[in-house]
Amino acid sequence: MDEPAVLVQDLCVVRGSRTVLPGLTVAVPRGQVVGLLGPSGGGKSTLLRAIVGVQIIESGTVTVLGEPAGSAGLRSRVGYVTQSPSVFADLTVTQNLRYFASLVGASSASIAEAITAVDLTSHADTRVGELSGGQHSRASLAAALVGSPELLVLDEPTVGLDPVLRRDLWELFHRLADAGTTLLVSSHVMDEATRCDRLLLLREGVILADDTPDGLLRRTGAADAEQAFLTLIEAEPAA
Amino acid sequence: MKPRLTLATAGRVLRQVRADPRTIALLIVVPCVLIGLLAWVFSGTPVFDAIGAPLLGIFPFVVMFLVTSVATLRERTSGTLERLLTTPLGKADFLLGYALAFGALAIVQALVATGFAVWVCGLDPVGPTGLLVLVAVVDALLGTAFGLFVSAFARTEFQAVQFMPAFVLPQFLLCGLLVARDEMPTVLHWISNVLPLSYAVDAMTLVSTSADATGQVLGKVGIVLAFAIGALLLGSLTLRRRTA
Repeated sequence: MDEPAVLVQDLCVVRGSRTVLPGLTVAVPRGQVVGLLGPSGGGKSTLLRAIVGVQIIESGTVTVLGEPAGSAGLRSRVGYVTQSPSVFADLTVTQNLRYFASLVGASSASIAEAITAVDLTSHADTRVGELSGGQHSRASLAAALVGSPELLVLDEPTVGLDPVLRRDLWELFHRLADAGTTLLVSSHVMDEATRCDRLLLLREGVILADDTPDGLLRRTGAADAEQAFLTLIEAEPAA
Repeated sequence: MKPRLTLATAGRVLRQVRADPRTIALLIVVPCVLIGLLAWVFSGTPVFDAIGAPLLGIFPFVVMFLVTSVATLRERTSGTLERLLTTPLGKADFLLGYALAFGALAIVQALVATGFAVWVCGLDPVGPTGLLVLVAVVDALLGTAFGLFVSAFARTEFQAVQFMPAFVLPQFLLCGLLVARDEMPTVLHWISNVLPLSYAVDAMTLVSTSADATGQVLGKVGIVLAFAIGALLLGSLTLRRRTA
């Protein structure tokens, strides 16, 4: 089990005329909540898309749970939540989850569990299109929880949520990690850094730091993650 | 392809349609209104008997083309398609799920429209009425298949809707309804030979004018089905798991 959940080697992604990831190498250890932090447009979503196997890549390898990213065997083992909520707005929460559960062969008990986990029990029979923005994105998250995937790839799952819900979701992430799930969670909100077991700081396609939150603060002598991030950028030789 | 996932997808699409009663009403009522208007406009002339049946085949094609291309486009732009393609759902499951769901709607639509044309508007085909329904359903499936295919080339709903006149009206002009296909300029006749709607209209015309052309009708229906399957196959090529 020492093998990392995700191993990215020399990943190069070009979108249009722009090189988004110019040869990125990184590993995500198993059973942890790993935060992928950095400014918008820095390549976070692109990296996540490459890990779930929907991104056309120029070169390099992405190995997920021991298999090449996107291979058929991984599709029920990896859960993916896109940045904008991707559930069916004209179906209820339960109807959505029932469909996603049937795709990954999950039991109907797991549907209720997922709804409870994202605290949408009172809205289980509400159409997703009628939910608030935060509820909508939680419904999208729940659709990835059914079937208990071994790896959860979450693109900005806490955007637009109030502090209480954000805290609850991070607690959920840690409960899942304690049960053995690996979570890779992106965010551009630096204060979420302290909630992660490990941090990846990504800027302009380059990993600036791959460390624990404490390690990062110690190394940079900064008071918080935001300050640490700025310190690292300033220490970088001008490109 | 996994039949369980295909059926789950078809069920999901139907539940989405059910959540939108106005769309259902439009699907069922619009063809009837158009056929009713047509019968009224041409009342007292033999024209309705001549073109009623072909139009009964064209309306479901047009309606299903529109509904399917917009539905699939929504799936592409909302991110649900990208997400679905990271699950065990196969591309064939996705496309056939849509084809099954809209095929089921097409059966209801064809039954109601044909019933309305025959019993209310007095359309009197020489051939069996059941064949009218069959041809109408296959035409609707053709619309669904082409809608699935064409939606790949539209980035916005505006574009998807524009594909209707771009894609359907030329076929309508060349299908033999306005001018018999063998009386057209040779080049146009050739072009009409490779357009699916020509065979759909041929089949409808045969049902409405001859009593014992069932074999010929089924031949034309087979050609229309082949076009539909071809469009589905092309559609599966446009569905990519990996995108830029």
